[in-house]
Amino acid sequence: MLGLNKKDTALFLIVIALTILAPFILNPFPTNSAMAQFNAGYPDLMQRFVIFGIFAIGFNILFGLTGYLSFGHAAFLGVGSYAAVWMFKLFTYNVIPAIVVAVILAGLFSLLIGYISLRRSGIYFSILTLAFAQMSFALAYSVLSNPKFNLTNGETGLQVYGDDPQIFHGAGLPNLPHLFGWSMRGNNQMSFGAWDFNFNTGYYVCAVCMILAFYIAIRIFRSPFGMMLRAVKSNQTRMTYTGLNSRPYALAAFVISGMYAGLAGGLMAAVDPLAGAERMQWTASGEVVLMTILGGAGTLIGPILGAGFIKYFENIFSKINDAVLHSWFSFLPDGLEDVVVALIYPFVGKGWHLTLGMLFMLVVIFLPGGLVEGGQRIGRFTFRRRDAKGSDAERDAANQRNPAE
Amino acid sequence: MDAIILQILNGLDKGSAYALIALGLTLIFGTLGVVNFAHGALFMIGAFCAVTVQRILNLSVTTVDESRTDFLGNPLKVQTPYVENWFGPEIGAAISDWSVPIAILFSIPIMLLIGFIMERGLIKHFYRRPHADQILVTFGLAIVLQEVIKYFYGANPIPTPAPEAFAGSLDLGVMFGFDPNAIIYPYWRLIYFVFAALIIGGVFAFLQFTTFGMVVRAGMADRETVGLLGINIDRRFTIMFGIAAAVAGLAGVMYTPINPPNYHMGMDFLVLSFVVVVVGGMGSLPGAVLAGFLLGILESFASTTWATTTIPGINQIIIYLVAIIVLLTRPRGLMGRKGVMED
Amino acid sequence: MGILEVKNVNKRFGGLQALGDVNLSVEENSVHAIIGPNGAGKSTLLNCLIGKLIPDTGSVMFDGQSVLGRKPYEINQMGISRVFQTPEIFGDLTVLENMMIPIFATRDGAFRMHAIEKTENEKDIIGQAEQMLENLNLAEQRHTKAASMSRGNKRRLEIGMCLAQNPRLLLLDEPTAGMARADTNNTIDLLKQISDERDITIAIIEHDMHVVFSLAERITVLAQGTPLVEDTPDKIKGHPKVREAYLGESA
Repeated sequence: MLGLNKKDTALFLIVIALTILAPFILNPFPTNSAMAQFNAGYPDLMQRFVIFGIFAIGFNILFGLTGYLSFGHAAFLGVGSYAAVWMFKLFTYNVIPAIVVAVILAGLFSLLIGYISLRRSGIYFSILTLAFAQMSFALAYSVLSNPKFNLTNGETGLQVYGDDPQIFHGAGLPNLPHLFGWSMRGNNQMSFGAWDFNFNTGYYVCAVCMILAFYIAIRIFRSPFGMMLRAVKSNQTRMTYTGLNSRPYALAAFVISGMYAGLAGGLMAAVDPLAGAERMQWTASGEVVLMTILGGAGTLIGPILGAGFIKYFENIFSKINDAVLHSWFSFLPDGLEDVVVALIYPFVGKGWHLTLGMLFMLVVIFLPGGLVEGGQRIGRFTFRRRDAKGSDAERDAANQRNPAE
Repeated sequence: MDAIILQILNGLDKGSAYALIALGLTLIFGTLGVVNFAHGALFMIGAFCAVTVQRILNLSVTTVDESRTDFLGNPLKVQTPYVENWFGPEIGAAISDWSVPIAILFSIPIMLLIGFIMERGLIKHFYRRPHADQILVTFGLAIVLQEVIKYFYGANPIPTPAPEAFAGSLDLGVMFGFDPNAIIYPYWRLIYFVFAALIIGGVFAFLQFTTFGMVVRAGMADRETVGLLGINIDRRFTIMFGIAAAVAGLAGVMYTPINPPNYHMGMDFLVLSFVVVVVGGMGSLPGAVLAGFLLGILESFASTTWATTTIPGINQIIIYLVAIIVLLTRPRGLMGRKGVMED
Repeated sequence: MGILEVKNVNKRFGGLQALGDVNLSVEENSVHAIIGPNGAGKSTLLNCLIGKLIPDTGSVMFDGQSVLGRKPYEINQMGISRVFQTPEIFGDLTVLENMMIPIFATRDGAFRMHAIEKTENEKDIIGQAEQMLENLNLAEQRHTKAASMSRGNKRRLEIGMCLAQNPRLLLLDEPTAGMARADTNNTIDLLKQISDERDITIAIIEHDMHVVFSLAERITVLAQGTPLVEDTPDKIKGHPKVREAYLGESA
């Protein structure tokens, strides 16, 4: 289907199904039950899942395929956000032109930064991108918000004000980002018995973008171009002496991933018309690195899993405070309960980053292929136990496994 | 003229911190071949050693003074630090006043220990992994260390003053024949610079004049050969890592009176220190020190009103700008050697 | 006039004269070996030919065009392929993919943005690659990762990747270094077969005299950065200067 082979088609259909049905899947618990705190089916969080999914898919095209570790991709996300908000301010609240301009501007910006950064490789490349991103952050945060030339509105963040021109803004249109009249905030709540499900325009716009982005990523992975990118990662010496110029390949990957970041940034602005400089800070760049590695760099589905995993647990963990913990462990004897709560408490609530950091270290140390590799290992383990005879065939299959799977 | 000198002096303290962190980064990179993204966290832990020592020295026992009453008419509760009880009020007060210098003694063994544990427990397993993996795992470690500190000490900066004796400023200008008040420089910053110079000198002397240092330098020049000579490079690596950690930690301890420490100071300094290392030249110790001071001073010049009115915000981006220019024109950095981290 | 003409090439590294006035002419469709003791400048010379180093003075002409100042990939596109001392292949890619990349490079040039096309639709290229693997006896392993093959097979693959580009000049840098005897003989046979079947010039740097004398039609002996003699293998064997150079080094 659509020029994908059987396996990719299956994967693609699964991703489509998951994103379309997300409002159901993410709300498995009745609204008033104690478990409702584990629901993730509300618009804000679902939007974050897919937006960061896009960001990570794009980052993976660079890092997963070419092996260039950029520590500055948040800069492109920020550029996308600023561009989109400026489109809202100057022209119209319609999200389509905003997103298109966000992608184009982020692409141009990443072309510039990539052109310079890719003159070096390895750790120098990482540090150059880091330096560029930090510089962009400083520029956005203070330099470009002086009264004479206020491009970013500094600390407050760029937003749409009543006296902005918005020259194409029609009278009947919502006074918020919209898709040809459908407000991005539009939300239909459906109730089935004790369950509530949210269907949000903003989410579905983002979801369609992610499905598109994922499709393009599959095509890139399976194209000769994708093969060349993996060749860049594998052996640049051989590549050069095979008559291939690796730099434009890496640059193309860099720009593509920059455009993905721009798309993510544009969508962020589309669901919430505000752009702040902190989106460009290097911790934000670090986050997308975490997502990609955690999910499985170089795999198709890994970045989406990683983004979903991190955003979900960030949300859930941050909500758990000591009162919640005490209620969970109230079945234990008093003293023991306090001990258990005291042991767990540093890792939840505000301590989520601690858990994330440890998890990330564990993944890098023991599971370099991320969640995808973990899943494969578990799958192979159960498979082998069920059918010991088939293990030879399985090993062959493992050997033949395409590294881009 | 005096303005120029003042800016140079202002750049020295930050430059010292950059130089000390960059020195450790380069030492680790040059000897162990590991890119340590957790080095900023070591700087931060050093700073929190000072905080801890200060807190310990100010631990107080509460006694009730029956002879006096508070405004409610109850007997007055008096907080007396233990040190004052043990050593008498005057010596005790002096001890808690001198908490930062005392923390130096306290932090050296702690930082060495942390360095040893880090190297043996984690870094050792990453010698043969790609640099990207080293960056990633130390990045994760940096997050963990930072969050642990945040858990115990909170998110707000903690003021940690210098001893009373160094609280004031020195009118340096008068000594060199300038007008009074033209060049005023806080004592503690002067001390920080001297301290940094001493440590840098110490590290260089250690590398230059001891057998251990000779092996380490040989290892930096050609790791494989030294390994082949049958020298136990492993233990030296561990010790080297400990020393680098201690240097970063001491830089942190002494920096506390200049800037109250907070949990993310390590990351802030780390990014800049990496830039410093790259500008100085990966694997070059003098390069790291030189670039550290150079960039510190440059930053200070860029922060003058003249500079910021000419180019708004130049103080925020100058270091990155310089780094980008240096990397593109002199890919090996100012004093980088051939063959280190080349493609 | 040979296909490769090296004239008066000098290269210094600091105080060390690595190459001093090297003149070398490689005849088209011949197998030319460059031998010499350690430190004679063989690798430096090779690096000057493929654009990794730029000589201080002198000229390197390939088929009437200068290679100096060109990027390595441009030199490759002129028709020079190189086999390295330790096999340089795409270890993370499958054997088949390894073989497809040079064919792509020959067809599409140094860069082409074919991001949405599908690899599996490139029937021509896959067919050619499979044919090459067939010839190299590697067809069975086409879906294994290249890094997991034996050293001998990696070498075969690398030579095959170079040949897939139909180069006019194939440069080999100690192709049998560190190989077992059987693998060495296999490689010799492969190279013999190639030079018999194709219109190709082979320049080979080698330590192993067994390899040199079974393959080369002409031999240049390099010592201390300058060519000592150039002649046919039979004459080189008994040449007094050569013995001196080698005995002085290896006795």
